Amino acid sequence: MYSFEPNEEQQMLIDVVSKYAENDLRTSSNENEENKELPKKLINKGWELGLLQASIPESYGGFGERNAVTNVLALEEMAYGDLAGTLAVLTPSLFATPILLAGSEEQKQNYLPKIISGEWSPYTAALIELSFDFDPNALKTIAEIVSDKIKLNGAKAFVPYAKEAQAILVYANLNGITQGFIVPKDSVGLSISEEREKLMGLNALPMYRVELHDVMIPLSNRLGGASGHDFELILASLRLGSASAALGVAKSSFEYAKNYAKEREAFGVKIAQKQAVAFMLAEMRTEIEAMRLLTWEAAWKMDNHKEDVCVAAYLAHTGAADMAMMVTDRGVQIYGGHGYIRENPVELLMRNGRGFAMLLGLAIV
Amino acid sequence: MTIEFEAPKPIVNQQVMLKTVAENMMRPISREFDENEHEIPWSYVEFMHMAMKAAGGGGGLTVMEEKTSPPAPLLEGEGSQKRPPIGYQKLATQIEMLAWGDVGMYLITPGGGLGAAAVAAAGTPEQKEKFLTRFNSDIPTYAAMCMTEPGAGSDTSAIRTRAVLDDKTNEWVINGEKIFVTGGDKSFTHYEKLGKGFIVVWASIDPSAGRAGMRAFVVESGTAGVKINKLEKKMGIRVSDTAAISLVDVRVPFENMLGSATVEKNNTGFRGAMATFDATRPLVAASGLGVARAALEFLKEKLEENGVKIRYGLPRQKLSNVEREVIDMEIMLKSAWLMTLKAVWMADNKKSNALESSMSKVKAGDVTTKITQKAVEILGPIGYTREFLLEKWMRDAKITDIYEGTGQINRLVVARQILGYSGSELR
Repeated sequence: MYSFEPNEEQQMLIDVVSKYAENDLRTSSNENEENKELPKKLINKGWELGLLQASIPESYGGFGERNAVTNVLALEEMAYGDLAGTLAVLTPSLFATPILLAGSEEQKQNYLPKIISGEWSPYTAALIELSFDFDPNALKTIAEIVSDKIKLNGAKAFVPYAKEAQAILVYANLNGITQGFIVPKDSVGLSISEEREKLMGLNALPMYRVELHDVMIPLSNRLGGASGHDFELILASLRLGSASAALGVAKSSFEYAKNYAKEREAFGVKIAQKQAVAFMLAEMRTEIEAMRLLTWEAAWKMDNHKEDVCVAAYLAHTGAADMAMMVTDRGVQIYGGHGYIRENPVELLMRNGRGFAMLLGLAIV
Repeated sequence: MTIEFEAPKPIVNQQVMLKTVAENMMRPISREFDENEHEIPWSYVEFMHMAMKAAGGGGGLTVMEEKTSPPAPLLEGEGSQKRPPIGYQKLATQIEMLAWGDVGMYLITPGGGLGAAAVAAAGTPEQKEKFLTRFNSDIPTYAAMCMTEPGAGSDTSAIRTRAVLDDKTNEWVINGEKIFVTGGDKSFTHYEKLGKGFIVVWASIDPSAGRAGMRAFVVESGTAGVKINKLEKKMGIRVSDTAAISLVDVRVPFENMLGSATVEKNNTGFRGAMATFDATRPLVAASGLGVARAALEFLKEKLEENGVKIRYGLPRQKLSNVEREVIDMEIMLKSAWLMTLKAVWMADNKKSNALESSMSKVKAGDVTTKITQKAVEILGPIGYTREFLLEKWMRDAKITDIYEGTGQINRLVVARQILGYSGSELR
């Protein structure tokens, strides 16, 4: 059957997340960006909504089953409030979800209950590398098996909360395939930059460079255990995470621009009454809808174990990234000169909107 | 409700059958009827009529009859009470597949088309009985809608055709010019192999009342005073006839007017016509997307023959330009199709879909033209030669962004919907 409406449970979740996004994230988004800081209270409040907790079965201390469609819906809704805040709230998912998807029983027992019980605690993941042709399937960080250990060497960028993290899931190239490795804090050879990353956007989110020099970890720290795991599904989940967040950011810019255009007057009418502006808005809305449905379908394919889920997630991410740039650019354009001023939220949204093409690995569903 | 993307069984089965039709009945004669404009591919017409009758469809693709209340059970057929209605979804997927075969030929699939749609939307039960049953007869029968005039395209309120009641005979006397009548010839001209059809003519009974004075009149095939002036020569969809029709003192019985003769403000007659468009826009979108899919599949096939494989999953920086283009085309096509499906799903579930309907048409108009044009470009001489159908698909595709409301008109509808503006607030 085809069907295009969230179920009751999903709708309830959307409503709860929406309140948080609207009242807490959206109102503080600009201030946090300018202060380059996210208050812990804000993060904890988002954490308490229980998005990750609801994805983890009771046997590991959670209260549900992971559902990619539900997570896509929730992530869009939260990112509508603020991207940096959303990524912060969900940073522990970057570590926990791959373990849930591909971890060994031991890893699940070991980490999942610890992560999801109580307050938000930083567990994170490191995927991005600072090179123009960064490719998650051809990483330059290298893993080698040396007798009964794994040796990691390389450099990672844009790792959220690396400094405080209890452990980092580091993705590295093991004989040509990408594998995840659990690297505990204080590992010998692991160094985290003193300075935070300085990016075009997302300045409220603390991100760091991470270097690995002959970091040795036990074989059992390889994601999935000694025999490893399939990276494809994790990558697809990351792509859907990025696509969903792109939808939220785009929707936010669209809403601001729409409301502004209905208030701002020029030549005796509201600018929204000019076709030049009205058509821009119509196209923004249409593209958001297009990429939303593409993302939903890919998530549904994931939940239903469809063969082509990886291509579907790739297309959704690629399309959503383009869409987010287009929509957030127009958001600024519709505000005119005011859109260029940092006081106005569309300015930050455009800087954030550019990120989805490269920020793969910062959100997961 | 829930979010789901599994094609229902009846649709899956239907698609297998229709693909065979598209491959065997349409594609092989596609070029011939593009080159011989205005010839009628009787093999297709007769086969489709028989096949649809056999399937119990009674003019299977007659889109809009089925839109009359109550749409769901009519569409649904037998024994599926528990499942939600999927009639429009079935229709959209049918249309997509037939258009994948040949969109012009899909357009001449026998049935009532938009003419019957108007009767279904605005007619009384007696009128429906009188005018619509003919589509179940043994021979293919057509009906057409005459809306556009030389001076009235998207702005349908500018229609000048007049209908005046002759009190003595209780007949309407219609005068005017209509153009771009899809299927006008097959609906009006007498053909031995076709049943008696009709055209539905939109005319004003009170020009001072603007849209409220607009009415639709059923004009039976052969009625005196109606003249098919010409069949247009078109860029594409050449197998589908597009007629220019003049009406001089055309007399039709009083009962051939659809709806009420009283002119009131907020009259529903015209709104009925517009409501028809809400329902048909996603179907037009579907027809365009079938062409786009054909073009994209052909492109990928040719590329693969030449050793170009699309490396999905690579970051954009590592892709070749051709790969990027193909990937973008896939994103466009898939997302436009999902928007279309959503719009018809809403229609099936009786949710108001004016926004989704127009958005699907905007998107489909865009992507259908872009995909076909890009495909021709990428394949160079292979794209441009008439040896292959790709160049024809590009010509066929363009109409998607024009009829049933141009891309611009639909943007206007979308904008009004999202901004909450009336027609006078956003002109």
